[in-house]
Amino acid sequence: MASKPRVKLPKSASAGEIITIKTLISHEMESGQRKDKNGEVIPRQIINKFTVTFNDKTVFEADIEPAISSNPYFEFAVKVPESGTFKFTWVDDDGSVYETEEAIEVA
Amino acid sequence: MTKKVILAASVLALFSSPVMLTKATADPADATLTIDGKEMTVKTAAPEGHPFDTLYSGWLYREPETRALEEDSFENPGMFGVEQGAELWSVVEGTAGKSCESCHAEPEVDMKGVGASFPKWDADAKRPINIELQIDKCREENMGAEPYKFDAAEQKALTAFIKHQSLGMPVKLDLSQGELQTWWDRGKELYYTRTGQLNLSCSNCHEDHNGQMIRADHLSQGQVNGFPTYRLKQSKLISLHNRFRGCVRDTRAEIPKAFSDDLMALETYVTWRGTGLSVETPAVRQ
Amino acid sequence: MQMNRRSVLGVFGGAATVAAIGLPVGLANATPEDTMAKIKEFAGDKEPQTGGKLTLNTPEIAENGNSVPVGVSVESAMEGDDMVEEIMILAEGNPNPDVVTFKFSELSGEAIAETRMRLAKTQDVVAVARMTNGDIHMAKAPVKVTIGGCGG
Repeated sequence: MASKPRVKLPKSASAGEIITIKTLISHEMESGQRKDKNGEVIPRQIINKFTVTFNDKTVFEADIEPAISSNPYFEFAVKVPESGTFKFTWVDDDGSVYETEEAIEVA
Repeated sequence: MTKKVILAASVLALFSSPVMLTKATADPADATLTIDGKEMTVKTAAPEGHPFDTLYSGWLYREPETRALEEDSFENPGMFGVEQGAELWSVVEGTAGKSCESCHAEPEVDMKGVGASFPKWDADAKRPINIELQIDKCREENMGAEPYKFDAAEQKALTAFIKHQSLGMPVKLDLSQGELQTWWDRGKELYYTRTGQLNLSCSNCHEDHNGQMIRADHLSQGQVNGFPTYRLKQSKLISLHNRFRGCVRDTRAEIPKAFSDDLMALETYVTWRGTGLSVETPAVRQ
Repeated sequence: MQMNRRSVLGVFGGAATVAAIGLPVGLANATPEDTMAKIKEFAGDKEPQTGGKLTLNTPEIAENGNSVPVGVSVESAMEGDDMVEEIMILAEGNPNPDVVTFKFSELSGEAIAETRMRLAKTQDVVAVARMTNGDIHMAKAPVKVTIGGCGG
């Protein structure tokens, strides 16, 4: 149901710099509030959790409810102390986990 | 009534136009659109014989937060469709064992300008052909694959991908091809023909009243330079013929089939009405 | 008439999503009391302060309730006692007031986050932040949601 997460952050930063990270993932975010054309409730299926780690340490999280729009977008800040790798994880109601990684260089 | 006035007033304030609180009207925004460093033509002089002096992209009629989504190709969710189209480009299908890529190895080069110049004349079918139908023609004749069902996700994705290769290029039809001019004439007649229980023509809203509010919507010129368009309402890519059908449905008329002669004629005429505006695919609208 | 229109809508692909949030089924919308209860749960015994330390950014008018940008930020050092633990966003006119809860860390550097949310109707959006010292900050913003244009 979801695919291809997109992440945008600088390739490099100075030590201690605060950078902005933007993320977008393709997902219907079926709210569980809609009916299909036969009048049946379409079951809820959303991404319910978004987690960002830097060198395995959690830096940002979002607990997500059905009121988040289709194709969830998140923008947030991170203070980068050293070179390393960001890992982004989205968890679907159906148990699927979507992941992507991005490295950043601290000069 | 009160609600309408409040809305109109707030919209007016946002567009910082000369404020006339009593009239539900708002000028298109005075703004420039740059996508991925490319400046789009969102306002241009109309071609000869056009009822308007100036053409405005529908982007200028939207609220700032909707406009912002189109400005940033990272945030534009329509780009997921473009990416899907890029992937489909190299997928082999059909009896000939071919993909789009087999004939068009470099879509960024080969497809550049295509989205700005369709509909074209299809001499075989003796009718106009748009991108969707051209994809189907390739699939049937060259790939030995089935044509797509109308509005299949793959059809919208490939169409968006092809049109996106012309991002920023001005829309320009060659009406001298075959009998395209005759179909343009037919499209023009349809554009001005009132239809449905509400007895509305395209022109009633998009020519006579563009800039005004139709309930909570700010009526645009009804330009089609950004299709397939990511619409927030459905939260996915919406094809031009889907949009045509939606408009006709709202007039409570019988809805013509996608790619029917009527809608191909209308596509030809309405595309011409946007001559000189940039291809914006995938545009973002409300 | 309503029925007719609805079934007509259903037939034509893209329009099936028309009910997205505007027409919640079988569930009443949340009430301001539900929202108050959520805030109390989040804040514990602390009284939320509305002195402007927490900034909530929303458009005055949302052109489509399916995608309304919302941003939150709190001025803080983001270390020690002066740090934001969580910011919760609530929409009191939705079927369920919960929207999202952001959790920050010392590596956040700055307590700031943005997303896009669904609003079922014109309503107040509320953000509540909890600091490491237990302080609670709150901000509220009305958003007008325009529903009922044309536009298929």
